[in-house]
Amino acid sequence: MTSEIQLAGFGGQGILFAGKVLAYCGMLDGREVSWLPSYGPEMRGGTCNCSVTLSDEPIGSPTVYNPDILIVMNEPSFVKYINEVKPGGCAFVNTTLVDSVSDRKDIDIYNIPATAMAEENGLTGGANIVMIGMLIKKTGIISMDGIESTIRKMVPPKKAQLIENNMKAIRMGYDFE
Amino acid sequence: MAEERVLMKGNEALAEAAIRAGCRCYFGYPITPQTEIAAYMSKRMPKIEGGVFLQAESEIAAINMVYGAAASGVRAMTSSSSPGVSLKSEGISYIAGCDLPCVIVNVQRGGPGLGGIQPSQSDYYMATKAGGHGDFHLLVFAPASVQDMADFAVWAFESADKYRMPAMILSDGLLGQMMEPVVFPEISSAQPEKPWAAVGHNNARPHNIINSLYLQPDELEASNIQRFERYEVVKREMASAQTYLTEDAEIIVTGYGATSRIIRSAVNAARKEGIKAGMLRPVTLWPFPEQAYKDTLSTAKVYLDVEMSMGQMVNDVKLAIECKRPVHFFGHTGGIIPTPAEVLAQIKALDEKIRKGDI
Amino acid sequence: MILERPKSLADVSTHFCPGCSHGIVHRLVSEVMDELQIEGRTVGICPVGCAVTSYNYFTCDMIEAAHGRAPAVATGVKRANPDKVVFTYQGDGDLAAIGTAETVHSATRGENITVIFINNTIYGMTGGQMAPTTLPGQVTQTTPYGRDPRYAGFPVRICEMVSTLSGCAYAERVAVDSPAHVKAAKKAIMKGFRNQLDGMGFSIIEILSTCPTNWGMTPSQAIERVRNEMIPYYPLGVYKDMTDKGGVFGDK
Repeated sequence: MTSEIQLAGFGGQGILFAGKVLAYCGMLDGREVSWLPSYGPEMRGGTCNCSVTLSDEPIGSPTVYNPDILIVMNEPSFVKYINEVKPGGCAFVNTTLVDSVSDRKDIDIYNIPATAMAEENGLTGGANIVMIGMLIKKTGIISMDGIESTIRKMVPPKKAQLIENNMKAIRMGYDFE
Repeated sequence: MAEERVLMKGNEALAEAAIRAGCRCYFGYPITPQTEIAAYMSKRMPKIEGGVFLQAESEIAAINMVYGAAASGVRAMTSSSSPGVSLKSEGISYIAGCDLPCVIVNVQRGGPGLGGIQPSQSDYYMATKAGGHGDFHLLVFAPASVQDMADFAVWAFESADKYRMPAMILSDGLLGQMMEPVVFPEISSAQPEKPWAAVGHNNARPHNIINSLYLQPDELEASNIQRFERYEVVKREMASAQTYLTEDAEIIVTGYGATSRIIRSAVNAARKEGIKAGMLRPVTLWPFPEQAYKDTLSTAKVYLDVEMSMGQMVNDVKLAIECKRPVHFFGHTGGIIPTPAEVLAQIKALDEKIRKGDI
Repeated sequence: MILERPKSLADVSTHFCPGCSHGIVHRLVSEVMDELQIEGRTVGICPVGCAVTSYNYFTCDMIEAAHGRAPAVATGVKRANPDKVVFTYQGDGDLAAIGTAETVHSATRGENITVIFINNTIYGMTGGQMAPTTLPGQVTQTTPYGRDPRYAGFPVRICEMVSTLSGCAYAERVAVDSPAHVKAAKKAIMKGFRNQLDGMGFSIIEILSTCPTNWGMTPSQAIERVRNEMIPYYPLGVYKDMTDKGGVFGDK
C-alpha cells in the first residue's frame, strides 16, 4: 500500500515538522518513506508545503501531486490543494484558519479547529500535531504506539517535557469528534 | 551489527558519509540548495581529529583550498550548486591536470545565469563534457536517492583515489532537500598510500612537485595521452547503470538521478496498462554506461530520454545505441519536475506509434 | 667555504632574465630554509607568472597554483597539515590583481603562512603589460602612453592595505637594489618564516624588484629605477608587526 500525503500551511506552523513526524513514524514501522519540502525564500512567512510518501514498495517520484491525504492549515493552502485530493481520499482542515468549504462529495473532509484547540490548552504551535492525532484516528496509516515511539525518538532528551506536550496534542486530535 | 535506518536530508547524508569515508577537509561557500552540506560539515568537522571546515571567501578559493589539501594527500571535498560550480571549473581543470583525487558535489539548480533555486539537471554538459579548460574528464556519479547520496560519497572518494582523478557527485535540489531513510555504509578505514603528495620530504626523498604546467609541447601531449590511457581503464571498470523491467521492454525510458524515480513511477503505471516499458538509469554519467544501452537493443523499438534540461544527455544515448533506434526527448527546465503522468503520456504516445507501425 | 649554493636551491639554471631580482630572492628564501632547517617540512606554492616554474628551483615539495590562487592553495595545505611550513611566492599581477580576494582573505583569517611578494610593477611572463602596481606615467605594453590614473586607476599599495587587517601579523616592504637592502630583505624573509614557526599568523614580505627586460632597461638602469622611482612611491619599512603582541590572536 502507498499513502501519498500533502501538508500545507504558513511557514512557522510546523508543516515540515509534522511531515517529518509522519515520515519518521513510517520509517520506524519498517516502511519506505520520503519527505520533500518546498524550499527557498518563500519559506519565511509565506506558504509552505511538504510531500510525504509512505509505501511498502520503493518510492518513485517523491513529489505528491494528487494526495491520498491532505492536511491544510490555512486558507490559501485549502484553496490551492483541496481539489487535488484523489477521489476516495481525505482532507484534514484546520477550521480555525480556513473559512472556505468544499462541495466535493468524493472525498472525506474532516474539520478540526486545531489552532484554537492547541492555544486553549496551552499548546501554542502544536496545531500541526493535533491534526496528526486526528489523522491517526481516521486513517490508521500509523498507530498510536508508533507515534509515541516516534516522538520519543525525535525529541532530544533535554527537552523531555515536549514529549508529553506532543502526546497531549496527539490525543486531543485523536479524541476530537 | 547493521546500522539502523536514520531519516536524513540528502545533503546531510552525503556530508555524513563523506566524513565516514575519511574526508578530513571541507571547503565551501553558501549557495542554495546545497548549504546543508556546509552547515553539517561546520558542526561535525571540529569534533573530528584533523577535521577541517572552512568557509571560503569564494567558490574559486574553496576549490583551490581543496586543491591544496588534496595535493598534500588528504581526502578533501567541496560542494556547491550550478552557478558556483561554474566558478570552480578553473580549479577543477588544475586538479585534473595534476592528477589529484578529490570530490566535488553539484546540487544542481536551474540555469543559465543566476537561473533559479529549484531542482534541475542542466549541468550535464558541464559535468561530463566541459568541467573546465583542457583535455580531461571527471568521474561523474548520479545519485537517485538519499541512500545513493551517502553510498556515492564513499564510492566517489575511493574511486578518485584509485584513479587519481577528481570525482563529481551530480545531484540536484530535489535529492539534496528530500529526506529518506538511510543506512550508512560500512567503511574500510584503509586509504591508499600517496607517495606523490607534497607534504614535506623530510629529507628522505627527492622533492615532489604537483604541477600541470608543461612548456614543452611533447611533454604536455605525453601527459595527456597517459591520462587518456588511464581513462580507458576507468571506462572499462567504472561504467555503471541500473535497469528496471527492461528484459522485454519495447520502450526504454532513460534518465538519471531524481528523474529516474519519476520514470520508475511512470514505467510502473505503463506496465499496469500492458505497455512494455522499462527504465535504464545511467548511474555513472562519465564514464557513460554504453554497454548497458546496447544490451537493450534486442527488444527496444524506441528510446525516451527524460531530463530536467533541454535534452543534454540525448546525444550520449544516441551514440551509445549507435543511432540504431529513434531517441525521443521529454523534459522540463527552470525547476519544474516532470510528473509521472506526463512521462506516462509520452510512453503511451510512443506505444501507439509502435502499434500503428510508425516506429 | 665562504659562499656556496644553499641546499634548498636546486642546482639548475633558471629561466630568469639577466638582471632580474627573482634569482636573488630565490637565494634568500633558500638560505632561510637552510638556516631554519625546515626544507624537509616545507611546501612551497608558486602560481602563474614568472615564479611559475620555481617548483624546479626550490628543493622542498612544491605545488604550482592557478593564477592568483596560491594563498587559497596554501590555506588548504596548511589547514590539512598545521605542522608543515607553507609559503607562497607570488608576483604583483598574481597577488594584487587576479588574486586580490585570496590575498585579503587569507590575511584577514590570520592564516599561519608566509607570503613572498615580488613587486616589479609589471606583468613579466606575458611580456610587459600594466600591473596593479604599475606606477603613474609608467609605459607598458598596455599603457603605451604611460599609466594615466584618470583612465587606468592608481597603483595598489599592498603592505599598507594588508596591514590594516587584524589577521596580518607582519607586513614589511623591502628592496633588493643594494647589498644593504638585500641583507635587510633576508632579515625580513627570515622573520616571515620564523613568525610561521611561532604561530603568529599571516606574514607578507613585499620585495621591490627589477624587470629590466620588460622595462626596456639595462640591469644597472633597472636598479636605479627601483631606487629613484619605486622606493619613493612604495616606501620601505615595517607596516605591521604583531610578534611582540603574541601574534594576531594574542596567544603566542
